[in-house]
Amino acid sequence: MILLELFGAFFEIALFSIGGGYAAMPLIRSQVVQAHGWMTMSEFADLLTIAEMTPGPIQLNAATFAGMRVAGFPGALCASLGVVTPSLVLVSLLAYLYRRYKSLSLIQGVLGFLRPAVVALIASAGLSVLLLVLFDGQRITMANLDGLGAGLFLLALFLLRRRKMSPIAVMLLCGALSLAAGVLFGAG
Amino acid sequence: MEKRMHRSAQLLRLFGSMLVISACTFGGGFVIVSLMKKKFVDEYGWLSESEMLDYTALAQSCPGAIAVNAAILVGWRVGGAAGMLAAVLGTVLPPLGILTVITMFYSAFAGNPHVAMLLSGMQAGVAAVLCDVVLSMGRGVLSQRSAIKNAVMVAAFLAVAVAGVSVAWVIAGAALLGALLQMITRKEAGA
Repeated sequence: MILLELFGAFFEIALFSIGGGYAAMPLIRSQVVQAHGWMTMSEFADLLTIAEMTPGPIQLNAATFAGMRVAGFPGALCASLGVVTPSLVLVSLLAYLYRRYKSLSLIQGVLGFLRPAVVALIASAGLSVLLLVLFDGQRITMANLDGLGAGLFLLALFLLRRRKMSPIAVMLLCGALSLAAGVLFGAG
Repeated sequence: MEKRMHRSAQLLRLFGSMLVISACTFGGGFVIVSLMKKKFVDEYGWLSESEMLDYTALAQSCPGAIAVNAAILVGWRVGGAAGMLAAVLGTVLPPLGILTVITMFYSAFAGNPHVAMLLSGMQAGVAAVLCDVVLSMGRGVLSQRSAIKNAVMVAAFLAVAVAGVSVAWVIAGAALLGALLQMITRKEAGA
């Protein structure tokens, strides 16, 4: 039963994620954290970190991670199968239509409007990760502000946007700084 | 018999190439697609460059992981249903294997205070990466100077972040709006 639920949840994630890995992220959060409660928000943030650091599509990484945690390796398999199934059906169908009509204008019209929605969805999921980093999941007050988290976030944003550093290098640096600060000052 | 051997050798090569590409590619679907082009178009000559461009557009337009979609299209073109299966398996196995091992370690080490410090610092990095993606993509949308698209962006954000509307509904709504507007402009252009 849980295997079927995993398959269904990741089927839905794949079915509605159009336009790359970041577009899938808010869907993964809504299924895995909100609808099924398979992970806490903090575990989800760890999943994003791990998915960013490892090769492969985020949908498959998330499926394996969530599946393994909920139901072991069979869970990982069922969730991964859920990711692949909508593609198998829809890609074949779209490829057939494309060969037949050689026109993608309707699809392009749809994509043109998905993009702003997808940006907004990524912003909303990003905001929840940012709140977790800044306030450790507690109430949003100045007293609860995590100074180290805020500093690392600003540093990382600067390195990404002004210095064009690679995301993996930036994340490793943030992790190392946080570990160093924790060991030196005994924080946390 | 010889042709059969040749075919299974090709399937094996397709599977092996996707396995290596999927295991070594960081950074999402677009990177994988360009590596596939290098391997299958430039090195093996299994399909033409313009076919690969069409496949890339199709893979991006379809729901699901771009890498999986591209593997399905190329696999089908190279070896029919068996080719599709070989390519998809090659794409899926590396993340499945790698994440299975990592999850085992994660469960064992997430409680370790040093690992927790490392991960919490890396979360700040992830938040910055997402912020960077939103700023770049958002600027792309704004630069089109389309009032409707800007309104869709604001409305979608409010719907999900404030009103708690399900993400799937927002996607479906935006897709429907796009399809309707495209049909209307097409009709006007035709009339």
